Amino acid sequence: MSDRLSHLKRLENESIHIIREVVAECRAPVFLYSIGKDSTVMLHLAMKAFYPSKPLFPLMHIDTGWKFREMIAFRDAAVQRLGLHLIVHSNEEGRRQGINPFDHGGYYTHAMKTEALKAAMKLYGFDAAFGGARRDEEKSRAKERVFSFRTAAQEWDPKNQRPEFWQLYNGRMNQRESIRVFPLSNWTELDIWHYIMLEKLDIVPLYFAAERPVVTRDGSLIVVHDKRMRLLPGETPEMRLVRFRSLGCYPLTAAHESPAATLPEIVAEMFTARTSERGGRLIDRDEKDSMEKKKREGYF
Amino acid sequence: MSDTLVPAPMAAPSPLEQFLARQERIGTLRFLTCGSVDDGKSTLIGRLLYDTKLIFDDTLATLERDSARHGTAGEDIDFALLVDGLEAEREQGITIDVAYRFFTTDKRRFIVADTPGHEQYTRNMATGASNADLAVVLVDARQGVLTQTKRHSFIVSLLGIRHVVLAVNKIDLVGFSEARFNQIRAEYEAAVRDLGFRTLTAIPMSARFGDNVIAASERTPWYDGPSLLRLLETIDVNADAEEKPFRMPVQWVNRPNLDFRGYAGTISSGSIRPGDRVTVAASGRSSTVARIVTMDGDMDRAGAGSAVTITLADQIDISRGDVLTTAEAPVAVTDKFDAHVVWLSEHTLFPGRSYIIKLGSRSVSGSIARIRHRIDINTFEQVGADTLGMNDVAAVNITLTAPIAVERFADNHDLGGFIVIDRLTNATVGVGMVETAVQASTNIVWHDLAVDRDARAALKGQRPVAIWFTGLSGAGKSTVANLVDRKLHALGRHTFILDGDNVRHGLNRDLGFSEADRVENIRRAAEAAKLMVDAGLIVLVSFISPYRSDREAARERFEQGEFLEAFVDTSIDECRRRDPKGLYARADQGLIRNFTGVSAPYEAPDHPDLHLDTGKATAEELADRVVADLRRRAIIA
Repeated sequence: MSDRLSHLKRLENESIHIIREVVAECRAPVFLYSIGKDSTVMLHLAMKAFYPSKPLFPLMHIDTGWKFREMIAFRDAAVQRLGLHLIVHSNEEGRRQGINPFDHGGYYTHAMKTEALKAAMKLYGFDAAFGGARRDEEKSRAKERVFSFRTAAQEWDPKNQRPEFWQLYNGRMNQRESIRVFPLSNWTELDIWHYIMLEKLDIVPLYFAAERPVVTRDGSLIVVHDKRMRLLPGETPEMRLVRFRSLGCYPLTAAHESPAATLPEIVAEMFTARTSERGGRLIDRDEKDSMEKKKREGYF
Repeated sequence: MSDTLVPAPMAAPSPLEQFLARQERIGTLRFLTCGSVDDGKSTLIGRLLYDTKLIFDDTLATLERDSARHGTAGEDIDFALLVDGLEAEREQGITIDVAYRFFTTDKRRFIVADTPGHEQYTRNMATGASNADLAVVLVDARQGVLTQTKRHSFIVSLLGIRHVVLAVNKIDLVGFSEARFNQIRAEYEAAVRDLGFRTLTAIPMSARFGDNVIAASERTPWYDGPSLLRLLETIDVNADAEEKPFRMPVQWVNRPNLDFRGYAGTISSGSIRPGDRVTVAASGRSSTVARIVTMDGDMDRAGAGSAVTITLADQIDISRGDVLTTAEAPVAVTDKFDAHVVWLSEHTLFPGRSYIIKLGSRSVSGSIARIRHRIDINTFEQVGADTLGMNDVAAVNITLTAPIAVERFADNHDLGGFIVIDRLTNATVGVGMVETAVQASTNIVWHDLAVDRDARAALKGQRPVAIWFTGLSGAGKSTVANLVDRKLHALGRHTFILDGDNVRHGLNRDLGFSEADRVENIRRAAEAAKLMVDAGLIVLVSFISPYRSDREAARERFEQGEFLEAFVDTSIDECRRRDPKGLYARADQGLIRNFTGVSAPYEAPDHPDLHLDTGKATAEELADRVVADLRRRAIIA
């Protein structure tokens, strides 16, 4: 351990090392781009890892059809600015069947995210997928390896993970097996924000406070984003000054009241926060141990 | 570009920016908690997080709910549930795999690995230890030092940890007894005396009630040392890698266009500047650093830990796996070294079996050539061993199929630490630490033979090859091989037969039928066949060779196209029916142990070069097919 490098520089170096290792060892890696703050940082690190070359893998977005408009616009602008190749994959069958977050609850996430991701991995023959998950986010993620092995059925066996030592990653696998790779494993939420601030990275405007139409549902503030939002009896949208701490599908992602409209204000707010980052992600509350269950099935 | 990320100067920094800048400067300590089952590792971490007020309200609410449901702490919060994040862990009340937690005080930031205590999950404990600077070893004050306490202490020492805290936990349950504390401390100090720890601090503690965790406890007035947090915040664990000579394993060659050729990697030790001379370890070729390239601009200096891209003044051949070093302090390049290994797999390790060894950015085939001794975890004594089972620790000799750059683990973790990967499952089955590197090929020099094997083969009008017949006993390997031999001889080709039974009477007569001896049996046969191929012969090897990994290891000794695997495919029932030597009958009566197909496994080839199904053709027809195949491959005209 060397204290000569600053904390964030050490994290940056570690992540770049991981990203390069995947490209050197795996046949067909893909970068899962979810458009949020973690993906933004991870993409920036990938640009650094291969400079002056561009990252040697495509980006892939699993589009459920229920993302915020601002996210899609941000995604397309980012991909164009960086000159990268983006694959957008959706569960078309699920869309035709009208699977939606209002009627189908947990099954919606399973079909439109988990199954869509697994189908895309198989369709394009990817053997490694970068994800922006961090160990500080959630208790089952705290248990995961940097190179996280998946069976041919793309399942995670948390009781039987490959041991992993130092910065020595085992990227070997048999046909149809794959790995999920988490270069941001050792970053915290505060590290992410601090890094975004220092590196002056653009992020989706939804992270900043603005007057937005919201309804209160089960104690959560849900932004009424488009006409597909189903209002329950008695619900009337009202304008509130809100922002997001984490971004997902709009009907499943709660905002919170906040005046933080700049990066320093967001960071300052973090120091007083008394709830966890994924507290606004309704899918996590679905069932007991739901993140682990979803991850075992192939969710990120 | 400096080693820190600092925003461009703007207006006077706000208090927040000042705070963040200070946070940037405080160091990070990575530590793990280990020790036997139920010594309170997870509880201690929960307590640390709780008392440093780093648990969010919603997490705490969940914790309170879970404590009522799964908890083992009665009315109180069960802190272990904070870190035991897997469903199976919560149900069974144990830790299966390592969990990482993060917390920060105003003095330091911490990444803590909570590791499992069960022997069964030692590999997960070792995983957590490999990136830690310090280990907190817990013992239950009622139990004292257990086997598992020693095992974990030994493993953390092997993995390079030099600082240990002995947490004598549950001190409340022995009435805060100073005598008991001193007794355990003395016992532990004696046990780990030879493990090379630089600091060892014993602290009486109650993780459950928080005594001496954050602050000094009034209930242990006789203890005047630091609380755990105080120690973690202040201990100096720096081993400055920048003071050492420059080393950088090349991860990836960056070639965006014809004008740019950069070598990407993480500097393992030392530092580098443009203009410095560097040497490629394996080839000995040297050049000068032209640029240190990053997206934020070129650097005028880069030190250990930096992930950079280096360009050189000259075009020299460098690829992934090469190591850049200074010309003044080169690194050993060798295909043989001594190491300690921790075996992590439920599949037994046999000396001589072929594995993939990954060290730095290099993966090569190799084997554990010899087990020098196993180390008894309880007494730390050296004991003899022919094989290694899961969680065994041993001193071994490693032999690789190609020389690589290696350093002692004590000098450089990146060039001295390696993992052992199973060729078939790709699982990580072992972890090793280099003790001494034997400089390559100083003891055995391969003479460059003036008449090479191509010349020898050309004289015989053939290309040399080894045809490896594998199959059950009685499958017909020798029958087919003999027919092929006769046909080739009739065609004027130069051949030789190596038959399992015959070789066992001579070259391999010291070997039995245990798995270890079978590995060695195949290794010798392959080496003998290789010498004959070098002599230009067509060698027909007929060995049961039941294990895939051994056949793969045999294949690796040969050049591409000089080894053909021929699977003589006969069902076990048919072999038993034929039973030409009466062996199945004897095996079935238990008179022969480890008999393939009866009491030992046969792993059939997935993709043999030749599939000879004796159920569909006669031996004569199969032999003709082999000869035709040799023609098709232009081995014979």
